[in-house]
Amino acid sequence: MGDNGVDGVADNLDLYRQMYLIREFELACGENYSKGLIRGFLHLYIGQEATGVGAISALQDDDYVVSHYRDHGHALARGLDVNRSMAELFGRATGTSKGKGGSMHLFDAAKGFMGGHAIVAGQLPLAAGLALAQQYNDTDALTICFFGDGSTNQGLYHETMNLAAIWKLPILFFLENNMYGMGSSIERVRAGGIDFYPGMATYGIPAAEVDGMDVLAVKEATELAVARIRNGEGPQFIEAKTFRFVGHSLADGQKYRGQEEVKEWEDRDPVAMFPAKLIEMGLATADQIAEIKAEVGEAVATAVKFAEDSPEPDLSEIHDDVLA
Amino acid sequence: MPEIVLREALKRGLEEALETDPRVFIMGEDIGEYGGAYAVTDGFLKKFGEKRIKDTPISEQAFLGAGIGAAAAGLRPIVEFMSMSFTLVAFDQIVNMAANLRYMSGGQISVPMVIRAPTGAGVQLGATHSQSFETWLAEVPGIKVVCPSTPYDALGLMRSAIKDDNPVLVAEPALLYGVKGEVPDEYYEIEIGKSDVTREGSDITLVSYGYGMRPVNDAADTLESRGVSVEVIDLRSLSPIDMDAIVASVQKTNRVVVVDNARRRGGVMAEVTADLQQSASEWLDGPVMRVGSVDVPWPYNRGLEREVLTDTDDVLAAVAEGYGL
Repeated sequence: MGDNGVDGVADNLDLYRQMYLIREFELACGENYSKGLIRGFLHLYIGQEATGVGAISALQDDDYVVSHYRDHGHALARGLDVNRSMAELFGRATGTSKGKGGSMHLFDAAKGFMGGHAIVAGQLPLAAGLALAQQYNDTDALTICFFGDGSTNQGLYHETMNLAAIWKLPILFFLENNMYGMGSSIERVRAGGIDFYPGMATYGIPAAEVDGMDVLAVKEATELAVARIRNGEGPQFIEAKTFRFVGHSLADGQKYRGQEEVKEWEDRDPVAMFPAKLIEMGLATADQIAEIKAEVGEAVATAVKFAEDSPEPDLSEIHDDVLA
Repeated sequence: MPEIVLREALKRGLEEALETDPRVFIMGEDIGEYGGAYAVTDGFLKKFGEKRIKDTPISEQAFLGAGIGAAAAGLRPIVEFMSMSFTLVAFDQIVNMAANLRYMSGGQISVPMVIRAPTGAGVQLGATHSQSFETWLAEVPGIKVVCPSTPYDALGLMRSAIKDDNPVLVAEPALLYGVKGEVPDEYYEIEIGKSDVTREGSDITLVSYGYGMRPVNDAADTLESRGVSVEVIDLRSLSPIDMDAIVASVQKTNRVVVVDNARRRGGVMAEVTADLQQSASEWLDGPVMRVGSVDVPWPYNRGLEREVLTDTDDVLAAVAEGYGL
């Protein structure tokens, strides 16, 4: 991963395929939530695709990925099985957590995808600990930890930044600043404005800002940070400015923001803009894009069918996996 | 058999794990340069170096959470809290991460981590530094809780805790660090979830653990001197609780008093009481008598603190009230 090849065509198309897969997967989730086939809380990644895809495309197979409760995008970008991911949302026995985790708790340890964590900021020290193990074992692997702007007002944010910095952990803190913690705009709940990256100077952690709607920019920024970490330079921080086009969860009526603001960001939709740019630059043909759309559409339809056809967990499994 | 104090027993358990398993490391506040608030890790930094003995900032959530991550990645961290009272700060990480991860991930993630913490009141530290949250954590599925009362048990339980593939909380009664006891040179372990009948008898069963064993043993001596044959059970593990052993004892003695050094309300002995009521009431000649410390925030004043804590007289009073012995 991370090798853009001679002309980058294959990689560019793959980035698009991943973003489109996430978009279609999320739309299918919303649809099946409305049908009552997916329950609980459902937080969609629609609008933020370029962030997760760009960042994760810059990683190695032995790196760890840690995410928050809006985790579908990161899971799919990390290559989690589409069928089993959808089955988990349906709560089925074939799901990634055998139906015991749900939307907010996707895991695939074999792929280094260490969750899906639903207590805001709770995943930060876990990620630091994974990075500690990588440092302890003297590998060149690293951990990327995704978190949102909302988590920065938790004490753990400060605690973990400090710990990672004093121990020089191989960790990339990746802030997805989508401007809202549920219904609270960061301007209302944060002293110091909407930019977080300058604050990293406090910890001596190098920090960069990137356009989270531009998948190539995100990828490039991540590659740079990753190279520094593998070079032994300790934790790095990236703030991607991004936006969710939909509500916090499916229960959100979005009374706290205007449609103009949403529209402004939607005009920069990476899932629409990126393929258009590729075609314009002669890096892809309309046929190639259409082909990817057809493939992905089929994959998502297959995943929904797989989930629907999968058995519910047996009630005898209630006591399984509490203890080793 | 050689005698050592409980602190030394714990130290031996930690030291041999550090020597034999390169995945084991220890972290916590002031465990290195300072040597540990209760000196359990004294000298470790010099012997094992900074990689294995990590001093942390005063960030209980972060370093406990980092331990969970390190464990999830295959290491076997031992995380020390300076006081059981301070685990409260990190409860979210202990419960939502350490205890839940295996289940939420469908069995994909293991957290083989030991959490050590000195527990209990008795030295006038006031309300914030004297609490016994091991009783709260014993309610949580996905984490095991042990509490030794002797040097022998401390070493045996520590060995098992470090080898366990689950998170294990080792509650170390702070007042017992200096207590002496026999510990063999030969290797042994103590199975987590199994209690110990420390004294066999036929008239009444006294159940406790940790520092509660002290008033229980004293009460047993007094009762024996009056001609009462007492059976004493040391739980050793608060989760899982060895109910089979307690029920078996009650079937023999038909009388039982359960004793907690922690606050009386809720907690481990409430659980034991409820279970006995359901599964052993036909064997009992009287009510399950429950003794615990007074349900108030711990006072600083020496006289008040002593009055609050479970003592021998409280145990004897319960025996007399419940069974007229």
